[in-house]
Amino acid sequence: MNRVLEPLRARPLLAFALLAALLAALPFLVGAGLGNSWVRVLDFALLYVLLAIGLNIVVGYAGLLDLGYIAFYALGAYLYAWLASPHFGLHLPFWAVLPIGAAFAGLFGVLLGAPTLRLRGDYLAIVTLGFGEIIRIFMNNLNAPFNLTNGPQGMNLIDPVKLGGLSFGKTLHFHGLTLPSTYLYYYLFLAFTLLAMFVALRLRDSRIGRAWAAIREDEIAAAAMGINTRDMKLLAFAMGATFGGLAGGLFAAFQGFISPESFTLWESILVLCMIVLGGMGNIPGVILGAVLLTVIPEALRYIGDLQRATLGHVVVDPSDLRMLLFGTALVAMMLFRPAGLLPSRQRKREFAAEDGVAAQEQSSLYDTKA
Amino acid sequence: MDIFLQQLVNGLVLGSIYALVALGYTMVYGILELINFAHGEVVMIGAMVALSVIGALMGAAPDLPGVMVVLAGILVAIPACMALAFGIEKIAYRPLRRAPRLAPLITAIGVSIILQNLAMLIWGRQYISFPPLLPRASFEFFGAHITLLQIVIVALALTIMAGLWLLVEKTRLGRAMRATAQSREVAQLMGVNVDRVISATFIIGAAIAAIAGVMVSAYYGLAHYYMGFMLGLKAFSAAVLGGIGNLFGAMLGGLLLGVIEALGAGYIGDLTGGFLGSHYQDVFAFFVLIGVLVFRPSGLLGERVANRA
Repeated sequence: MNRVLEPLRARPLLAFALLAALLAALPFLVGAGLGNSWVRVLDFALLYVLLAIGLNIVVGYAGLLDLGYIAFYALGAYLYAWLASPHFGLHLPFWAVLPIGAAFAGLFGVLLGAPTLRLRGDYLAIVTLGFGEIIRIFMNNLNAPFNLTNGPQGMNLIDPVKLGGLSFGKTLHFHGLTLPSTYLYYYLFLAFTLLAMFVALRLRDSRIGRAWAAIREDEIAAAAMGINTRDMKLLAFAMGATFGGLAGGLFAAFQGFISPESFTLWESILVLCMIVLGGMGNIPGVILGAVLLTVIPEALRYIGDLQRATLGHVVVDPSDLRMLLFGTALVAMMLFRPAGLLPSRQRKREFAAEDGVAAQEQSSLYDTKA
Repeated sequence: MDIFLQQLVNGLVLGSIYALVALGYTMVYGILELINFAHGEVVMIGAMVALSVIGALMGAAPDLPGVMVVLAGILVAIPACMALAFGIEKIAYRPLRRAPRLAPLITAIGVSIILQNLAMLIWGRQYISFPPLLPRASFEFFGAHITLLQIVIVALALTIMAGLWLLVEKTRLGRAMRATAQSREVAQLMGVNVDRVISATFIIGAAIAAIAGVMVSAYYGLAHYYMGFMLGLKAFSAAVLGGIGNLFGAMLGGLLLGVIEALGAGYIGDLTGGFLGSHYQDVFAFFVLIGVLVFRPSGLLGERVANRA
């Protein structure tokens, strides 16, 4: 592995070019190799990467455990559906709706955060969890007395993304090149993901990011250093919520249909698993976690074929076995790499530290304790 | 008035079940500061095992009185859940005791997914009904309708709570548990076998969970592989509401949450002029939870934890 990476490290431009080429060609490679349904999986993986980057700001950077993150995703998605579907007869353009949705989710982030951010650790976790459930239950029931969300049936016929004359909902024929809708969305999501990555990385190294790290490690010391901990925590919350709202809007446009079922507590937990598994606080780790946890359940769909090939017939229904294996994978990965697959350098150091230091570090806010 | 009383009774019954489950959460949290997400699933497994035993017994010995059959179900479910919790702690939590706190949380979620899907494979996706074995006697009490089952559930729950309190306050094991909760290191220095205490905590919580599982399935007449999830969530909320780590807090929180939910479901329509219906029951519980925590950040009976540096 090192022999391959070494020459690349010496030539960062070449490495960058290779990576860019790979990302650009990925849907074609995946589409040709595994079939077009996998390009759709790829699109979802990118959406989850967006979500994971957003949640990582809250949990990984600022050390606030948020178990209701999917609510912001839901708010973004529903706002998109309200403003760009036949439901209210509004068809605002995508570039206008998306920022409104993100801002809407961010506003809710502030509304939830303002009264609750003085709660510590697991109390905050349970409040955010409750908030997530409240939003979902409202979405599920607000079809009466006036029909706001269309209840459990959800809202459909949501406008696809349109940029200029290009509709992302249709297959594009361009100089003999055929680009189905999923391919187009791949590039759109990729652009947003790269932007989010850039913002997240710059945030981490900024004054704000350092303030978050200080709060995460020791809130009292941070306050003593003159950091306005309340405002900073609120900012982290709002920022994470904004990312969630953005991803929600993209999800609504991509899917064309949303219902409360997409926004259950399990989704929040899944995104949290992504960042913890990948390596909290570390953007490459978070991306790896998001991609893995999107792809693994899909790949496990092939268990049925595998059984047929090896045993001659399907012994256990693959859809039953899928989540079982997923749970096992979660436990196993955590047991073997408790710091995540790609921990940040700082975390790696903390893990390698001698017992006394390690114990002190473990009781720090990094782990969203207390 | 009789609606109020009826909902109060229903809420107390539901609340005492919540309280029993909440005890399991709060004990583990008190000692390990771990949200044992799999606890709700242990409750579900308890109900499922008991129902299997009950079904088998009804086939093998149809003349046995119903109460005996149910009792036999409980008596098998308790050790099954104890063994399960012991295994979960040993495999999924113990190796991660020195790891950052979110790592065991993720394995807890993983275990929860595993148990749910195992239960689905073993017992199927359909609802399993609780056979009508228990006497269906009921009483009128100021216009409210109270069944014998409800009385038994509340009485049994209160007995278990009292027993647990005695165990924690009066026995050697209880003292070791309290010491471990205060400081694992110092307890170890004083000769407490911390590993054994932690195992014991999980096992006791699981035994109570098994009973709660049978209660809940007998009360609703149903069991389902997914039943542990929402129940666990509510019970954990109850534990937080009362002040997590505090036994009385869990009991109080459970009872309160049950009553709030029942009254909320009964009155929310009137309160909002028909705008919101009883399907907002869960919202009500969570709103109260958030409201209480905003004003009392460490729960109703929680100690005010000084900001630790």
